[in-house]
Formats: sequence, C-alpha cells, structure tokens
Amino acid sequence: MNYHILKKTELDGFVKKLAKTMKVCAPVAKGHNNFAFEEVTSAGEIALSYIPTILPPKKYFMPPREKMLDFDISEGKPKDTASFDSEKIALFGVHTCDLAGIQCLNMVFSEKPRDYNYILRKENVFIIGLECNGYCDTHASCALVGNHYPNGGYDLFFTDLGEKFIIHVGTQKGEELVEGMGLEKASPADLSALDKVREGKKKTFQNEIGVDPKSLPAIFAKGVDSKVWTDLGAKCVSCGNCTNVCPTCYCFDMADTINLDLKTGSRNRTWDSCQFETFATVAGGENFREERGARQRHRFYRKFKYPLDKFYRAFCTGCGRCTRTCMAKINLKDTLRALAAESK
Amino acid sequence: MTEEIKNSNWKLRKGQIIAAKQMTATEKWFDIKLEDGDLDHEPGQFVQVELYGIGEAPISVCSSPTKRGSFELTVRAAGRLTKHMHSMGVGDWLGIRGPFGKPFPVKLMTGNDLLFVAGGLGIAPLRSLINYVIDNRREFGKVDILLGCKTPTDMLFGDEIKTWEKRLDVNFSCTVDRTAPDWKGNVGLITSLIPGVTINPEKTFGVVVGPPIMYKFVIAELLKKNLPERQIILSLERHMKCGMGKCGHCQIDHPKNYYCCKDGPTFTYEEVKESKKL
Repeated sequence: MNYHILKKTELDGFVKKLAKTMKVCAPVAKGHNNFAFEEVTSAGEIALSYIPTILPPKKYFMPPREKMLDFDISEGKPKDTASFDSEKIALFGVHTCDLAGIQCLNMVFSEKPRDYNYILRKENVFIIGLECNGYCDTHASCALVGNHYPNGGYDLFFTDLGEKFIIHVGTQKGEELVEGMGLEKASPADLSALDKVREGKKKTFQNEIGVDPKSLPAIFAKGVDSKVWTDLGAKCVSCGNCTNVCPTCYCFDMADTINLDLKTGSRNRTWDSCQFETFATVAGGENFREERGARQRHRFYRKFKYPLDKFYRAFCTGCGRCTRTCMAKINLKDTLRALAAESK
Repeated sequence: MTEEIKNSNWKLRKGQIIAAKQMTATEKWFDIKLEDGDLDHEPGQFVQVELYGIGEAPISVCSSPTKRGSFELTVRAAGRLTKHMHSMGVGDWLGIRGPFGKPFPVKLMTGNDLLFVAGGLGIAPLRSLINYVIDNRREFGKVDILLGCKTPTDMLFGDEIKTWEKRLDVNFSCTVDRTAPDWKGNVGLITSLIPGVTINPEKTFGVVVGPPIMYKFVIAELLKKNLPERQIILSLERHMKCGMGKCGHCQIDHPKNYYCCKDGPTFTYEEVKESKKL
C-alpha cells in the first residue's frame, strides 16, 4: 500500500470532493472543549485538533435507536417487515483509539450469530483516520493498550506533517479514492518525516498507569472481590454515561413502540447500560447485579478481562471518555492503579 | 432490503395459540402451533415470545420435542408482557424467535440414572426433559422426580403429575412448603426429600431447576450424596433479550464470561460454581 500527500491548503477541496459522493462526518467543535462527529461540507467546519468526541463514532455503526421491524396488527394475524436504513458515509478524522473501538465492535457483531444490521451499516462507512501527535488530555490511556499508534481499521490514515498530511492507504477502496483525486505520492523525505513523528511519539506517549498490560489479566483474575469495587459502588450514581460514551460498549435493549392508531408500530433496538439498576433484573424480581459496585466491576471486567479471553484484546481503547464524562469522578486510570496496587 | 436482513435472527415466526389453560392463579399454559412447521427444539431450550406492541420475553419450552406439531409454554404473570399474555387465548397470534440456548445434555445422560429436582416454576423447563425421558424411557436407568412447591394449589401440571405418580418406571415424590387442609403428602422444603433417594454417584445425573435460592441448598445435599459436580445439571435464569450472546443482559458474573442465552441456560455445576450468583 502507498503513501500520498495532501497539502493542508487542499484539505477543503478534498472534503468538498468527497462530500459530492457521500455524506462526510467529522469532529466539530461544540464549545467548552466538547466535540462531536457531525456532517460537514467543508474543511473549515472540522476540528483537526480535538479531544475525543462526546459520543464515539459507534453511533454511525450502531445508532442509539435503530428500527429493526415494522408491524401491523390490524387483522388477527400480525404482519411484519424487517426494516433497515443506511446511507454511505465517510468518517473523517477518526483517532486511533476510536479506530480500535470500531474494530472491537466489528468483531462482536461479525461473530456468529452475525448481526447483519451492523455488518451492512459498517460496509457503508468509509473510514479516514487521523493520528494524534500528542496527548489529547490527561485522561487518555491509549499507550497502555497500544492504541496511540494506528493498528489498521481505516481506509485512509492521515498524519499531520506540519504544512501537509501524509496519507497511508489502508484498503483498495482508499487507493481508488486518492487515485481518483490525483493526490501526489509521498516522497522519501515525507516518509522520513513520518518516521520522525512516530519516533517522537515514543517519548511523548508512555504507559499511563505504569502497569504492564500483560499483567492485567492476572490483576483482574485476582481482583474479583477487591475493595476497589465497593469504593466505586459508593461513588457511582448509575447514570450510564460511562457506557454510552464508551466506544466498545454495545449492550442493547429491544423495545416495541406502538403508533397512536394502536394497529401499527415498530420494534427498535436502543443502547442500554449495564450500570442501570434493572439491567440484570428478571421479571420475577431477582436482580443478578444488584449492587452498584458489582455493576461497576462488571463494566471493568467487560473491558479488561472477558474480551481478552474471547477476542484476544482489551475492550478499553484508552480514549478516556468514561473518566471525562463521569459525574461522580470515577477515574479509569486511578481504578486500574488501585487494583494493581492491591494485587501486589 | 437484503435477504440477510429479512432472514436475520430477528425474524419472527408466527405462532397461533391452539389451546390454553389457567393452571394456577399466576400460571397459564399455552399450546402454540407455528404456521411454518415445527419449533424443532431440544429439552431445556427457550424461545423469545413477541407480543406485537408490547415486546419480547424469553420463555422456556415446557413440552418435549417428542410431541410434534406444536409446543407448549407455561407462563407466570410476572412482568408486563407475561401479564398481558394471560389475557390471550385460543386463536390469538404471537411472534416466536428461537429455539435458543444449550439444551440439557441428553446424550451424556443416556444410559444413566436420573434424579430430577424441580422447585416452583422450575418444573416448566424440566418437564420438557422429563417427558422426553418418559417417551424414551428404555434409554435411561432409574428415574426419580422430586417436586417442591409453596402450597398444594401452586402445583403445576397436576393431572400429568398424577400419571407420573402411577407409573412404575419413575419414582415420584413431592413436597409443599405450607400445607392445606386436604393435603396428604409431604410438608417441608425440597431438600428434605433428597436424603430418601438412593443415588449411585458413578452413574447418576442430578438435574436441578428452580429459583436461585433453591440451588444452594439442593446442590449441597447432592454433593453430600457424593454426586460429582459435573453430573449436577442446572438451568439458570437470566433476562435473555436477544438470544444471540450480544445484548449483554444475561451475562453471568463468572470468569468464563458466560452468556446464559448461548452458553446456557443449562450448565453443569462444575461450569458455573465460581459464579457470583447462580
């Protein structure tokens, strides 16, 4: 695969050309250091330097509310038709943490039994990554999980070289796009500039919690009954913000909505949260995760223990969103440090 | 619309209620016929029942696959959907997904003695296996059935249980927590029946289905009888919402990351003994 060059002055033209063939979504500043992926039509709207957006790009792959079925019960026997609605989009400026998040979701929904609503939507998304040359803020822990460097998951990948971007082409689809736009190939000087950026990042990005990621499975294996979870339970307000903003949280609920005619309606999939009190409650009243501490522990185990066994990677991408959004100031890095200290 | 979406695991089969009976004040039994053929389930599996406009709930199939043409559900009016379902009767339609879940390990059990222990509504999923065993009786060794319920009026499948009592090829006993004036049987917790059963630990499977609180005490009794952990089979309850190991609701707090809908609901005690809750 190739490297191409796009001068920063030509970015606007690039976005406009892209927007002619598909909807382009990119990070946009929303004030108070908040950013969100939104539709853009020019480069001027895009925040090239941004901390992780409020919601991760998962909203384009697994919408917060997704219609799965339309039904009609006006006659005795119900009629229903599967529903699916998706458009071609290009995601521009996806950081490496979020690329990793999308890769995690891809694995979950491609695993049998496959979820075709997710898979078909995924196939409609063209992904353009954007490298972080420095930390977004102190909440990130991308170096801990190795997500400060790109690990695939994109069609094109942009790295800022000052006056220009060097673009790594990750897929044939990506190749066709840059060829079609007639972007010049990167020179050996550009490639060594990229190497320099990457080399410099080695110093900037250091394992944020000082715990060997290889020791995490053992730490979590030991930590089931840790006091850490009781402490988190005492702070947590079960609002579910942490799971909503997590790029790898995918738990969902299915619910019917009936129209005012009481004859037609739809079945919808909505995001759910394991932090909600009734998440693991059965109709008879038994709650299998009654304590807030148990629910917080569950969240952490679904990031650092269970997926390691199942998908051979942590489902924490190091984006830091859960810490940034937590009203009770539950801090992921502190939690991991406390857990690690306890297991020594 | 692509074929993948149309025929996805979310597709609902249409079923019509062909018989229904109020069994107790809180439990109703339904016989359901699918318009497009048999459910083709195995003992211990469950279905997702969709009442259009209300939603979906996971319900154990209580009939044996040896009964063909239709399948049965016994539903306790416990939640929003099941309460509504109690107002439904013969001729009404519903949506069905499934069958889902890992069935009871019938192949492993073949040739062995079986001890069934059911508490309350636990008899519903267990009945799919009990009737399967009765219909294939010569494939199994000694069969003991222990049933416990709160009061005599809470007993499910009363008429059918009378036929189990009469059969010479199964040993049936039951107990109630609280008695009633015309009750002549045992009074006490289900655990009180276990010491009276002769178990050959080398070739017996204990199949236990009931509320979480029951497991703790029944398992302790079975272990006292030297029954190996891998020969104690349980069917766990969780709120399965998708049936595909994705939605997250039924996950069991266990190092092995079990999804009750896919890895269960049936487990050996050996598999799930490290769980935070059974």
